[in-house]
Amino acid sequence: MVVENELTDDEVDRIFQALADTTRRDIVTRVLRQEQSVSALAGHYRMSFAAVQKHVAVLERAALVTKRRRGREQVVHGNVATLRRAAGLLEDYEQIWRGRARAIEDLLAEEVPPGDRGAQ
Amino acid sequence: MPVIDVHQDTEALTLTFVAEFAADVERVWQVWADPRQLERWWGPPEWPATFEEHELSEGGRCRYYMTGPDGEKARGWWTVTAVDPPHRLEFDDGFAGEDGEPDPTLGATHGVVTFEALEGRTRMTTVSTFESAEQLAQMSAMGMEEGMREAMGQIDGLLAGPTPR
Repeated sequence: MVVENELTDDEVDRIFQALADTTRRDIVTRVLRQEQSVSALAGHYRMSFAAVQKHVAVLERAALVTKRRRGREQVVHGNVATLRRAAGLLEDYEQIWRGRARAIEDLLAEEVPPGDRGAQ
Repeated sequence: MPVIDVHQDTEALTLTFVAEFAADVERVWQVWADPRQLERWWGPPEWPATFEEHELSEGGRCRYYMTGPDGEKARGWWTVTAVDPPHRLEFDDGFAGEDGEPDPTLGATHGVVTFEALEGRTRMTTVSTFESAEQLAQMSAMGMEEGMREAMGQIDGLLAGPTPR
């Protein structure tokens, strides 16, 4: 995946701070699956509508969700960029596994692996 | 390079990683089954892992920490959900708090590892499934803090995803 524009440190901070909260992560997960009105979201949590609205605002500032008006409702949907980001993150995870596979290969190349508890 | 295939599925949030090793299945199984060998490769090079508990049986728990360049510790856990030595291992894998117990605010990754014999070689396939994009983002953020420096540039890049129109 090619990513073109770079985010500033502030933007990175906003994203991670936004995702540092359980409720906000849950909101993002729900609206990525399906867009929802703020009132529908509020129905999922034991907190006031205003509190949920605040969480949504934090996510909005981090560009993790966007809000638009539909009739009398405010509809929240997940930013597709989050999924794109996920692709980049899988890339990181892939690098971790590449490193592990190399380390396993090195380990297997040793005659008598240390720590093999004399099993061989 | 032992890696023969990698497949990322962004929608399903899975990474399939296939590697082949010049050793038989029993031997490759050992690098998972023997904690002292597992420690040699599970953590990134600058963050070697130490397994304090390691029980590869169904429902078995593993507890480990990785030690960073400045001596800081990052703890993690596995819960083994299925095991069929030396063919298959399934486990949940996540970060832990200071006490070594799973941190409930961080999701788990489900891993399914299979080992197939190929004329004296072994094909090891790892399928890792993340709970959500957010979990993945969070794991990655933790990885950043925990010094997976090589991934750093990429994380910066991925955070630079297109801003919404």
